[in-house]
Amino acid sequence: MRLRWPSPVPRRATAALAALFAVLAVAPIVANNYQLSVLTLVLYYAYVGQAWNIMFGFAGLLSLGHALFIGIGSYASAALFVHFGIGPWAGVFLAVALAVAVGCFIALLGFRFAISGVYFALLTIAFAEFTRIVCDHIGWLGATEGLFLPVSSRSRIDLANLRGPPEMFYYLMLTLTFAALGVSRWLLHSKLGYCWRAIRDDPEAAAATGVNVFWCRMAAVAISCAASGIAGVWYAFYYNNLFPEIAFDIGKSIEITFAPIVGGVGTLFGPVLGAFLLFPLGELITGATQRLGLEGIKQFIWGIAVVAIVLLRPSGVWPWLWGILGLAETGEEVRP
Amino acid sequence: MAIEIYANVLIAGVLTGLVYGLSALGLSVIFGVIRIVNFAHGEMMVMGMFLALELFRWFGLDPLWSMPIAAAALFAFGYALQALLVHRVAHLPEHLQFLLLAGVATVMVSAGQMVFGPDARGAQVGYALDSYAIGPIVVDKVRLFAGAAALGVAALLFGFFRYTLLGKAIRACADNHQGALVVGLNVARLYALTFGIGAACIGAAGAIILLLVDVHPYLAPGYTLLAFVIVIVGGLGSMPGALLGGVLIGASEALAGFLLVPSLKSAFSFGVLILVLLLRPQGLLGRVAAP
Repeated sequence: MRLRWPSPVPRRATAALAALFAVLAVAPIVANNYQLSVLTLVLYYAYVGQAWNIMFGFAGLLSLGHALFIGIGSYASAALFVHFGIGPWAGVFLAVALAVAVGCFIALLGFRFAISGVYFALLTIAFAEFTRIVCDHIGWLGATEGLFLPVSSRSRIDLANLRGPPEMFYYLMLTLTFAALGVSRWLLHSKLGYCWRAIRDDPEAAAATGVNVFWCRMAAVAISCAASGIAGVWYAFYYNNLFPEIAFDIGKSIEITFAPIVGGVGTLFGPVLGAFLLFPLGELITGATQRLGLEGIKQFIWGIAVVAIVLLRPSGVWPWLWGILGLAETGEEVRP
Repeated sequence: MAIEIYANVLIAGVLTGLVYGLSALGLSVIFGVIRIVNFAHGEMMVMGMFLALELFRWFGLDPLWSMPIAAAALFAFGYALQALLVHRVAHLPEHLQFLLLAGVATVMVSAGQMVFGPDARGAQVGYALDSYAIGPIVVDKVRLFAGAAALGVAALLFGFFRYTLLGKAIRACADNHQGALVVGLNVARLYALTFGIGAACIGAAGAIILLLVDVHPYLAPGYTLLAFVIVIVGGLGSMPGALLGGVLIGASEALAGFLLVPSLKSAFSFGVLILVLLLRPQGLLGRVAAP
């Protein structure tokens, strides 16, 4: 299962990315409200998929509780806004700080007690579930009744308080997604990125060659959680309501992993591609079967997609596609 | 007076815990032999519950009588799952196996949602409100039957692994995979059988717990997590550990629900899980895994 890695970015890939960005940038002009909401969701999952991918794809730490870090970001920024009138641009600092602190705490416990692999994933699930249930009992955060952000006019753009039309949120998420792509690429080709991959493929060998396994892993957790916290702030202000059952749901944590798995774990463009494949497909099928009243068909299709990918192309769609598209010109060995 | 209340709560918790334990036994058997973490565990349990529910609705069959049928159906399902899907990913890294079953779990939850809808439904048996009183101790009849049935199935399972040739062969696969191949055991078939047997336990536990709990598709992830909590507390792969873990978690949840807020009781078991993962990752009865 050896794959090749394109490095440096071939001219064709740069051109393709620029074209994709241009298409997405003008999309709101032609798309109707529904299509725009689907595209926004696609970009959101492309972004959080990349955040998750940093921890698992790059550094080999499987988190199945990533909804926790997004939820913490959402609740932190929303609580500041609702209770103290502090806007999201200030709130994002608290959101990121809290998400990173909780993530590093979980990772610290995990590393300190040498919990690895599936057990580490279970630890993340346990913390997410624990938080969900505790959050159900905190009245200040709305408990089970939910925390609601005041909704003002949707036509006026108030960027300082993130109040505005859906297009504003779309462009914000578009920026975040492409920024994450840039940061991911930069990270992957930095010294830290090489250390991550060395640790992922063989932690003991990495440690023997002088890689500081603990700090590199911590860095991956911190960066991934910070990105997730930012996603949480966006989520809170886009949806305007937060419920513990939804924010910290295990199903949500699992859903986050779908796009990177289908696209290609450990690749740069995989999470984005996966999101663009899965979410419009889910919407199409939901639309086509609307008359049958099949609640849950979307998840059904996604589940089948994950099973099919694991069975047929365990390294994802993107590594297979880039060979066909001729995007891999220089070979750097990568084994996810 | 107070002590009797505690005793009642504790007994109810232990009896429910036995059913949890039986279900966790299914997870533990599958992990102990095939080394697969069955992420679709709760979904399989809910499948057993729905099966018992339909049998009750159409034929008025007591869930305890549906139990063998649910076990047989889930056996077939587990056998097919291992033979058709899981078998094919055995050579892949652990996380991919985990994700495959997460995908299967997602398919099962949404299928349940499509077929049965989101509403909670239960099987109201004739003796649902009866109870036995021994002095000050009052035990619900359904809970007593449920606990006894779970214990019975668990005893059958222990007997199977201890005394039958097939059980011994499966244990041989678990102890030494290569050795089992060398002496000519059909390991692929035994693995499928093991997955089927584990699934049968889960299905039986599902049918039994329908006596105590109303079923809806979203119950599944909660049961998956609960079973993980139990087997990790008891020791992943240890059969007595799973049963003990079930009783411990059942009793502590019942006490926590009684002393604190009922809805906080599962936070308590996740707290227990985090503590056990950190302090004794091999579980209470588990052995330190061989490298």
